[in-house]
Amino acid sequence: MNATLRWVRGGGLSTLLLLLPLLLVFGYFAWFPIGRAVVMSFQETNLVTDPAWVGLDNFRRVLEDPLFWTSVRNTFYFTGLALLFGYPVPLVLAVVMSELRRGRGLYSALAYLPVVVPPVVAVLLWRFFYDASQTGVFNTILGWAGLGPFSWIQDASSAMPSLVLQATWANAGATVLIYLAALTAVRGDLYDAAEVDGAGLWRKIWHVTLPQLRAILLITLILQVIATFQVFTEPYLMTNGGPQNATVTVLLQIYNYAFRFGDYGAATALSVLLALFLAVLSAVYFRLTRSWSTT
Amino acid sequence: MSSTRRHLATVAAAAMALSLTAACGSDDDPAADGGGDGEGGDGVTISVSNLPPATEAATREAFLARVEEFEAANPGITIEPSEYEWDVTTFAAQLAGGTLPTTFEFPFTDGQAMIERGQLADITAEVEALPYADAFNPSVLQVAQDDAGAIYAVPTAAYGMGLHYNRALFEQAGLDPDAPPTSWDEVREYADAIAEATGQAGFAQMSQNNTGGWILTTLTYALGGRMEDGSGDDVTATLDNEGTQRALELLRQLRWEDDSMGDNFLFDWGTINQAFAAGQVGMYIGGSDVYNSLVTENSIDPDSYGLTVLPLDGPDAGVLGGGTIVGVRPDASDAEREAAVKWIDFFYMSKLTQQEAALADAEALVATDAPLGTPALPIFGAEQLAESDAWVADLVNVPLAQMMPFKDAILDQPLVPEPPVRAQDLYAELDAVVQAVLTDENADIAALLQTANDNVSSFVEAG
Repeated sequence: MNATLRWVRGGGLSTLLLLLPLLLVFGYFAWFPIGRAVVMSFQETNLVTDPAWVGLDNFRRVLEDPLFWTSVRNTFYFTGLALLFGYPVPLVLAVVMSELRRGRGLYSALAYLPVVVPPVVAVLLWRFFYDASQTGVFNTILGWAGLGPFSWIQDASSAMPSLVLQATWANAGATVLIYLAALTAVRGDLYDAAEVDGAGLWRKIWHVTLPQLRAILLITLILQVIATFQVFTEPYLMTNGGPQNATVTVLLQIYNYAFRFGDYGAATALSVLLALFLAVLSAVYFRLTRSWSTT
Repeated sequence: MSSTRRHLATVAAAAMALSLTAACGSDDDPAADGGGDGEGGDGVTISVSNLPPATEAATREAFLARVEEFEAANPGITIEPSEYEWDVTTFAAQLAGGTLPTTFEFPFTDGQAMIERGQLADITAEVEALPYADAFNPSVLQVAQDDAGAIYAVPTAAYGMGLHYNRALFEQAGLDPDAPPTSWDEVREYADAIAEATGQAGFAQMSQNNTGGWILTTLTYALGGRMEDGSGDDVTATLDNEGTQRALELLRQLRWEDDSMGDNFLFDWGTINQAFAAGQVGMYIGGSDVYNSLVTENSIDPDSYGLTVLPLDGPDAGVLGGGTIVGVRPDASDAEREAAVKWIDFFYMSKLTQQEAALADAEALVATDAPLGTPALPIFGAEQLAESDAWVADLVNVPLAQMMPFKDAILDQPLVPEPPVRAQDLYAELDAVVQAVLTDENADIAALLQTANDNVSSFVEAG
């Protein structure tokens, strides 16, 4: 009794009450659907009549689907390409922009502009740019240099790199701003000291900038990996998984199960598998990098 | 001081929490629940789909006038019209969320999957009570029936697949637009001529969102093949049949030998219509009712439009049919189901069976410049279709003369229904095959079909 009273007097009750709206909203709109999805992955349901428990059948069906491994391979390919090209680009842009004495605001705005364009508009615009005919926008420009015409998204081998190019253009801006903000926190005297020690630009970046950005770099890396593993908008709008399933990703496959074929069991089963994989990946990542991220 | 602040915070938080709970709770207020279960008191309330939007004032008014007329004739039934239009991606969620109307239209091609998933009400008893129940064309009614013959929806419009062509591009290529191709060799020849003369795609093919498989199945039927063999529980996949091989070979020749298919090979139904209406496609295969959409959604120039039948080649060659059916929510009560079928009978079927209703509907369509007279296939029989066509002949506003090559010949073509088992999954599998042939010059057609057949066999045999 005494302990309860102490808890109330100590502000425990008001804290709980203050938290309650947040907990209710978050619980209802975030945790409840997650819980429902996990339950649904063990059921067969048409969302109207009573669902039937089917054990692991949905998981078995998903894993036996020939498109499962294709979608996993494609997702890894997209993530790999996005890391290779998409991860360094914002960092390079941010470092270059931070070195500029004038017009930094303008360049930041320009870098951020693609983020402001609604993703659907941007993807449809790029689909237009990727027109495979001689008169397509990119093919015309490359034609001036005697290159092309390229098939872009009309060819199984170039479709995925084309999506990565668009995704990098669309998403780099937000990360540039994060890096720019982080760069302002790097103490100027460290650069001065490095300069006194005779360090050039590269050595300053390597020995001062990157170590100072270590924590933020590690966070953006895992965030990008998680985001790219869930890539959907680009393949859905640009190629719808084609040509020849070359751009079917795991999330597109989930969407197709649910909304093209009405198989909510398979859709939630694959969602659960993806969530588990990303959770394990994040845990391993943070364990491996724990010692690096402390500054 | 701090104690006062704590108390204030407690009160504020409690108020916020309460207001939130109240807000959440209002959703469950039975008084706010519109028509309830539709059985309150004496009458029943049902919602019906496809109320034309406010931008189409005349057809909307005509629709609402029909609603009033229905309610006057059926005092116990209240109709709530809804602008809902079929969308496969939102259907199940709307059904689960309770926002799907009691009756709704959807295409033939989705019927079997919805019946299998229990997403439609069994309305056999109600349909069999209709005076024309025995007069339905059996091959059309079949799309709304399960294996046991139970009826889950009512077919209201049917079409056959046809070859749409751009008369303006035909003329530019020196071809006679009144003499469309009558064999697949001629299709190839004409496509090549169009591509050569105009730089546009002479022939284009859908390949996305299951439409690649849908059109490949159409081509296969036209060349005498079938995608599935057998009936009932004994169905096997036959994707590697000779007709499909010939169909893919034809596409390969058009694409790689003649280079007459342009540069875009990722079309679906919406985008190919768009490209055709914009004059970028010489010929393509689609449902004979597509003209309606080309006018209302793509503002096609009517003078440039032409429609003919697909050339049939081989002893078993036939034409794939399609159309619109109207179903009822699976969770509708007995009274709602009965009211819904009465509405279907009144609103959809009377246009086909009664002159007065047919004229009223036609006048409303013409008043908003909506297309009237696009060739259709009979829901009942050829004579009945000719009779209902004659009732509204004076009001027809589509370029019917340019569609006569189709209208004159379609009733002589054998109509073949869609593959009976898991048609949409089969189409999805074939999308990738069509895309492979159109985007990879070295695609091995036999191997692609073998793989697709193995994949489809696993779920077709599972039922």
